[in-house]
Amino acid sequence: MSIATRFTWAGIRRGLRASPALVVAGLPFGVVTGLAAQSQGLTLAEATLMSMFVFAGSAQLLAIGAWTAPVSVLSVGLASFSVNLRFLLMGPLLAPWLDHLRGWRRGLSLFLLVDHNWALSLREIKAGERDAAYLIGSGAPLWITWVACTIAGHLLGSVVAAPPGHPVYFAGLTVFIALLLPMWRGLGDLLPWAVAGAVAFSVSRLLPGSSWHIVVGALAGGLAGGLRDRWRRS
Amino acid sequence: MHGDPLNLLAILVMALGAYGCRAGGYWLFNRVNPSPAVRALLAYVPGCLFVSYVTPAVINGGPKAWVGAAVAAVTMKLTGSLVWPIFTGTAAAWLTWLLMS
Repeated sequence: MSIATRFTWAGIRRGLRASPALVVAGLPFGVVTGLAAQSQGLTLAEATLMSMFVFAGSAQLLAIGAWTAPVSVLSVGLASFSVNLRFLLMGPLLAPWLDHLRGWRRGLSLFLLVDHNWALSLREIKAGERDAAYLIGSGAPLWITWVACTIAGHLLGSVVAAPPGHPVYFAGLTVFIALLLPMWRGLGDLLPWAVAGAVAFSVSRLLPGSSWHIVVGALAGGLAGGLRDRWRRS
Repeated sequence: MHGDPLNLLAILVMALGAYGCRAGGYWLFNRVNPSPAVRALLAYVPGCLFVSYVTPAVINGGPKAWVGAAVAAVTMKLTGSLVWPIFTGTAAAWLTWLLMS
């Protein structure tokens, strides 16, 4: 803790260097989202604006799937909110960096927050990295690629139509699996992880098509681990 | 044809919902000082969050997801890279899907 938290070009560059793997992982997802938007009758401008300002893959795919003519603002708004609920839990864990940022730096860091660069940033924080610009450096390429791929997917239109359940959608999940494995800290994680998996699976069956299972599973697993630790101490 | 006003409103609401979640959790915990118990709980959240995302998706995804997930996990263990599991896992899922259809 000898060096204060900072925000420098070197941090941006460090983030940029970490981003190619995440960019590759996002390519099929972005194209698929553009294709889905096109097939649901959204104009190129609308699809592009959505990717620019919402910047949330699973939320956009879910909302686009529920798009009707005329659209239900409430249902797509709720879709976006509930799929992104996990960020409520993810943001606070970046406090060691965000606490030292002000104004646009903090606002942009939070705007560019996605699952993958959050996981990378958390790893960097734990490794003692003090340059908070890493978050923007690793997030900006994802944003640019996301918008570009949405446009490409929309333009491809009917040429490459992947039906729901097509294995190209699996690319996104493989990244989550690869990111999950290094998070295992030891046997102490077994109980919380098992609880999280079981609860998330049950909720996914009870409330299909929402993302509540992610939030509820994560909270149940966290509670299980926290309560177990407390019981052990007493 | 640039955009239907209702569609644009829906996109704006979606954008507010997404940013509200991104910034809201951090904002809230900045004002409410979490107790040690809450901090301990939060330490378990990252792993559990990913488990909660992956488990239902893999189980509900059927054989192609099971094979793809296993291949992606083994590839990650062997290479330690985030890129290779994307290709091997997706290829394995695709192959399983082709063989089964």
